[in-house]
Amino acid sequence: MSATTAMEVNAEARRILAVSISKLYASRTQRGGLRLHRSLLLSLVMRSARDIYHSSRESEELCGPQPAAEEPEQPMDTGSRPGERAGLPEPQPRHEPALSPSPSSAPPPVPRAEEPASAGEGCDGETSEDKENWSPARRSRKRRGKASAAPDFLPSKRARLEPGEERYAAPLGSCRAAAGLSLSARSLNQVIAAF
Amino acid sequence: MAGPGGDMQWCFSQVKGAIDDDVAEADIISTVEFNHTGELLATGDKGGRVVIFQQEIENKNLPQFRSEYNVYSTFQSHEPEFDYLKSLEIEEKINKIRWLPQKNAAQFLLSTNDKTIKLWKISERDKRPEGYNLKEEDGRYKDPNTITALRVPVLIPMDLMVEASPRRVFANAHTYHINSISVNSDNETYLSADDLRVNLWNLEITDRSFNIVDIKPANMEELTEVITAAEFHPHQCNTFVYSSSKGTIRLCDMRASALCDKHSKLFEEPEDPSNRSFFSEIISSISDVKFSHNGRYMMTRDYLSVKIWDLNMENRPVETYQVHEYLRSKLCSLYENDCIFDKFECCWNGNDSVVMTGSYNNFFRMFDRGHRRDVTLEASRENSKPMQVLKPRKVCAGGKRKKDEISVDSLDFNKKILHTAWHPQDNIIAVATTNNLYIFQDKVN
Repeated sequence: MSATTAMEVNAEARRILAVSISKLYASRTQRGGLRLHRSLLLSLVMRSARDIYHSSRESEELCGPQPAAEEPEQPMDTGSRPGERAGLPEPQPRHEPALSPSPSSAPPPVPRAEEPASAGEGCDGETSEDKENWSPARRSRKRRGKASAAPDFLPSKRARLEPGEERYAAPLGSCRAAAGLSLSARSLNQVIAAF
Repeated sequence: MAGPGGDMQWCFSQVKGAIDDDVAEADIISTVEFNHTGELLATGDKGGRVVIFQQEIENKNLPQFRSEYNVYSTFQSHEPEFDYLKSLEIEEKINKIRWLPQKNAAQFLLSTNDKTIKLWKISERDKRPEGYNLKEEDGRYKDPNTITALRVPVLIPMDLMVEASPRRVFANAHTYHINSISVNSDNETYLSADDLRVNLWNLEITDRSFNIVDIKPANMEELTEVITAAEFHPHQCNTFVYSSSKGTIRLCDMRASALCDKHSKLFEEPEDPSNRSFFSEIISSISDVKFSHNGRYMMTRDYLSVKIWDLNMENRPVETYQVHEYLRSKLCSLYENDCIFDKFECCWNGNDSVVMTGSYNNFFRMFDRGHRRDVTLEASRENSKPMQVLKPRKVCAGGKRKKDEISVDSLDFNKKILHTAWHPQDNIIAVATTNNLYIFQDKVN
């Protein structure tokens, strides 16, 4: 995957993530309180955007092939069925042999094809990177400290916390090269759990 | 007797609601439901009000009759409330109305907001008593010492008055937001469903309900799906279904166990990998599920399609109808403007041969199952001359736009038809735009 395409996908994923986070913030002040269904759907989109962002950064770094180790955090089970991992417009089943057991049987790994962009989203770029080549290094990315600055493309105000909630690491790191999306599955889920 | 869908000619009959373009939020219609005979049509709105229309039929004996629905009763069903424990406001918006089958002179319906279900009795009063011994005509009490003779009060006719009174209030049983209620065919019980639980109530008992489905995970961080709709089978009082945000439908049998977490049947269609996209999970979420009248099929609505399932076949639907496939390439924008979260409902006609659902630009779609025909119609003030025949509309997905076609980009996504209802016997439909209720009738009824 070319560096430019990866960047486009990267930018698109970040944009979607930013839009999603604004929606999540906005829904907290909605009449009737947080809607669980809507929050769940938002978190699914955020997860997909995060995954694309990570994988597009991976392809930028041209990592060596290494199937992903077992995900340390137990993500929500959506789309964790092999072959149905969310995030890409084209059929790009991710070969993750170490994924936690899922209800459906694992289909045989589909060889990655160089497919052109589907008629799907205008917002997503072309074929994303090699999802098979996850770098284990991704897993060990540290969470950013609590004092990290809010990134430029997010709403500048921080949400008012409800009693009992913790403030987690800033959801998006800065755009500096070494930073990555530190929004973990747990942070996403805890947003819902706080409801 | 009406012909099949393709032969139906839908005409404008009536429109209810303000003509004003400036829509008051409280007037936004949130549910529409015919009663079991079709004589009454109830609507609920965001302001917590219920308006019931009654059909007045001119010349029902003639083959072509014109029926008119006029306001029968209006009442405030729910008020805004505040949950002090969670510091949350509880919206008064009526999420669903369901009629009970009529047992006596009065009509009963269940209406629900996010947290509380109420049973309303709607009764007519056309006589009043006159000639009290202890009260004056204006209601003031007489001094008993002035009474010298006794008389029997008589009932005299008066102008028809329709009264609505809350007979039961079913509260405090739902932690999450109620999305469905459904009356059982046994006429004694009903279910209410929120995002994670389904509760079973007895219509007479308000201080307790049985929880029959609970999909709340022990750790909320592991939440992967929520319940989006639930309905009882029309004839089998032990059977109900509930749909999920993952696009699955579970059929449960209450005879199997007290807690129906384990489904009897799981209806799920494998996803078409070529349609996989960033927003696949959102658009596969089912927004409505409805059994057919004959109880053999059920219909589900997701964002882009309507699917008909045979209850005997779990692995795929028997029919799939695309409502507005041209939106598939616009999902990103629809996500940004929140339209992708819209929950469209669907309905069957009386003999289960045609299904209907809404779309954007005040369009609604009908699919004739037998003849494999579909039509797109529009509810608008421009086509609102009495008995004006509705012209089929067409959306141009791409390429050269023909005359009379509308291009996808000029669709108004603020004008959405989420709620539609079909008369149980006749070809009369009620279609709700944002704040107006349109009633259409088949020309040859």
